[in-house]
Amino acid sequence: MKLFILVGVVTLFTAGLACAQQGTTAPGGQDTTALEQKVRDLEDRLIALEGQVRVLKAQAGQAPAAPAAPSTEVVSPMAAPAESVVASIPVSLGGAGGSAAKALNPDISMIGDFVAFAGGNSIQPSPALEMHESELGVQAIIDPYARGDFFLTFGETGVSVEEGYITFTALPGSFVARVGKMRSAFGKVNGMHNHVLPFVDRPLVSQNLVGGEDGIDDAGLSVERIIPFPKGIFLSATGQVFRGDSGSGDQLVFQSHQKSNVSTVEHLRGYKDLTESTNLELGLSYARGHNELGTNFITNLYGIDATVRWKPLRRAIYHSFVGRSEFIWSQRQQAPFEQRAFGMYGSGEYQFHRRWFVGGRYDWSDRPRQANLTDKGGSAILTYWPSEFSQIRGQYRFTDYAGNHKTNELLLQLLFSLGAHGAHPF
Amino acid sequence: MNRVFSGAGFLLAVAAIVTASLFTSSIAAAKKLNVITATTDLASLAQEVGGDKINVESMAKGYQDPHFVEAKPSFLLKLQHADLLVVVGLQLEIGWLPPLITQSGNSRIQVGANGYLDAAQFAEILEIPQGSITRAMGDVHPLGNPHYWLDPDNGRRVAKGIAAKLGEMDPEDAAYFQQRDQDFERRLAEADKKWQADMKPFQGRKVITYHNSAPNFAKHFGLNVVGFVEPRPGIPPTPSHTLDVINMMKRDHVKVIMVEPYFDRKTPDSIARESGGTVVEYLPSVGGVKEVTTYFQLFEYDIALLTKAFQANP
Repeated sequence: MKLFILVGVVTLFTAGLACAQQGTTAPGGQDTTALEQKVRDLEDRLIALEGQVRVLKAQAGQAPAAPAAPSTEVVSPMAAPAESVVASIPVSLGGAGGSAAKALNPDISMIGDFVAFAGGNSIQPSPALEMHESELGVQAIIDPYARGDFFLTFGETGVSVEEGYITFTALPGSFVARVGKMRSAFGKVNGMHNHVLPFVDRPLVSQNLVGGEDGIDDAGLSVERIIPFPKGIFLSATGQVFRGDSGSGDQLVFQSHQKSNVSTVEHLRGYKDLTESTNLELGLSYARGHNELGTNFITNLYGIDATVRWKPLRRAIYHSFVGRSEFIWSQRQQAPFEQRAFGMYGSGEYQFHRRWFVGGRYDWSDRPRQANLTDKGGSAILTYWPSEFSQIRGQYRFTDYAGNHKTNELLLQLLFSLGAHGAHPF
Repeated sequence: MNRVFSGAGFLLAVAAIVTASLFTSSIAAAKKLNVITATTDLASLAQEVGGDKINVESMAKGYQDPHFVEAKPSFLLKLQHADLLVVVGLQLEIGWLPPLITQSGNSRIQVGANGYLDAAQFAEILEIPQGSITRAMGDVHPLGNPHYWLDPDNGRRVAKGIAAKLGEMDPEDAAYFQQRDQDFERRLAEADKKWQADMKPFQGRKVITYHNSAPNFAKHFGLNVVGFVEPRPGIPPTPSHTLDVINMMKRDHVKVIMVEPYFDRKTPDSIARESGGTVVEYLPSVGGVKEVTTYFQLFEYDIALLTKAFQANP
C-alpha cells in the first residue's frame, strides 16, 4: 500500500518537474538561477523517492539483497543467486499480489555437473558418460536472525540432501551457529561442493580416509567464532557435533550404533595477508567417531591443511594462483590391531589467462583398513571458462593402486550454472 | 569411556571459544563509530561527512575491479567490529560480500539490520533493465547500473544519506555530521562548476568505455558513450566485436577509449592504433592511483586526463 502511495507521489513529482523545466525556458533574468535551483531540489527529491520505492519493493520481496554463500568455500565459483531477476521485473501495479508473492521466493540455482571418463579402472570404475550430479540450491534470509541454505543433489539414481541448514547470524558474543545437515569443517576439500573443486574428482586421501565424495557430511550442529589474535592474523575456531554417520560401503568413516555414538569435528583456521596480493591459510582439524565395527571401535582423524593464494589486485581477473596441501592421519580401532594410515595431496592451480587455468595434483594415501597398502597418483588439469557461469575441464589422471594396479584415465567435465549468482568461493 | 572422551572433546572446544569471546567483548565500546565501506569512494564520502568522529575503512582497493574482490578472512576482522557497513548495492558486491556478512558474527551489520546501509537508495540509478533479462546478455545487473558514484550529484546525495545515518546512530554528533555534509555540498558544488566548465568544450563528444562503468559520469559531463570494448558485460573482447568497434570508431570519428585500470590494455591499445584514437586510463574509484585520495581528486584526475585527450584528438 505504502508502495502505491509512493509511486503516486513520484508521478506527481515528475509532473511537477516537467512543469518546472518548462518554466525555466520561459522569461529570463535572475529568476532563472532560483528556478534552476528549484529544479535541482525537485530532482533530488524525486531521486530520493525513487530510491525509497526501490527499497520498499525489495522489502516487499525478500529481506533485501544477496544470498550469502554458506561458508566462503562452499558456494560455486560460477554459481549465482537469482533474487535479482525477480526483483528487477517491473512490478505491474494491477497484479501486485502475484509479483509480491514471487518476490518472497528464495534464491534458486541449479548446477549441472556432467562427467565423461575414458580409460580403464577396475578399482574405482566409472561409467563412460554420466550426469554426475545436479545440485539444486535454495537459499534465503529467513528472518532478521537467521538465513537458510539448502543444497539438494540429484544423482542419476537418487536424491540426497547434501546440505540443508539454518545459520544464526545475530547471536550474541559474535558466535555463528549452524543447525542441520552440513559438510563438516574437517580440512578444506571436505567442506567443498564438487563444483567448486579445482579438479573433476576428489583426491585419493579423501577417497580413502575421509569418506570419498560425500565426506564427513552429517546432521548436527556447528558453532564458529573468530578468536582475537594480534598482528592482523585471523583465527577462527569451529566445533561441531554430528549424529555419527558418514560415508558408506568401503568409504564408511563413522557409524552410529546407539544415540550416544555422536561424532565431533573441531577445526582451527588461521589466515594472514602476507602482502596485498598473497595470503596464507593454515588449518588444524580433528574428527572423532565410531566406526562400523561397533560402539567400542573409535576412528580418530587428524588433519593439517595449508593454502597459499596469489592474486594481483590490479589484474585480479586475469591471473591467480592457489597452492594447497592437506595431510591426514587416520587412527582406526579394529581387530586385531589398530590401523594407522596416512594420506596427503598437494595441488596447484594457475590462471594464465582470463578464461584459462592449468593445474596439477599429487596424491598419496594408505588404506584405512589395511594401512600397509598405499595408493599413489597424479593429475594434470586444464580448465576453460566460457563465462562465469559455465566451465569445461579436462583432467588426465594416473593412479598406481596398491598391488601394482596402474591406471591411466582421462576425465572430462562440463559444469553449468542456472539462476542466482552465488558468491565466489575463497 | 569413549563416550566420555567424545563429549569432553566438544565441551573443551566450546569452552575455548567462550573464553575467547569474553576477552574480546570488552574492546567493543570505543567512542568513534567504526564504518566499513565496500569501496573507496564510499569511504571517501563517509570520511567527508564523518570527520574525526568516525573511523572509516574500505574493503576493496581503488585499483581493484569491485565485481571481483576476494572474500578474504582478513575482511572479517574489520567487519567483526563494524558499527556501520556501507555498500554500493545493486548486486555489485554479490560475488564476495554476502558470505563475509554471514560469517562476521556481527549482528549489527546483517542485511536489513540498522548498521547495514545500501547507498544505492540515495542515488540516481541508470539503465534499470525493463522487461525480462537473461544471461545471454552477459553478466547484467538486473537492478540497474551500479557505477553510480561517478556522478558528483550522486556523490552529494550519498554523502547526505550517510550523514543522516551517522546522525541516527550517534545522535550527539548529528549536528556535526549535518554541518560537515553542508560544507561538503558547498565545496562539491563549487568544484563541480569548474569541472563542468572544463568539460564544456567537449559536450557531446563520443567515447568508448571498456566496461559499462561510466554512464553516470557521461550523463553528468555531457559525454556520449557509443560502445564498449567488451561485447557484453563481463565477457572478454572477441576479435569480431573488436573489429566492429574499430570500424564504428572510424566511421563516427570516435577518438577516445576510456579504460579502467584493472583491465588488460592489449585490446584497447590495438583498437586505438587501428582507429587512430587514444586510450585514456581513467579512474573509476578513489585510490586508483596513489595521488588520488579524495572524491574531489578523483574527478580532477579524470577530467584532466579527458580534456587533454580530447584536445589532442579533436
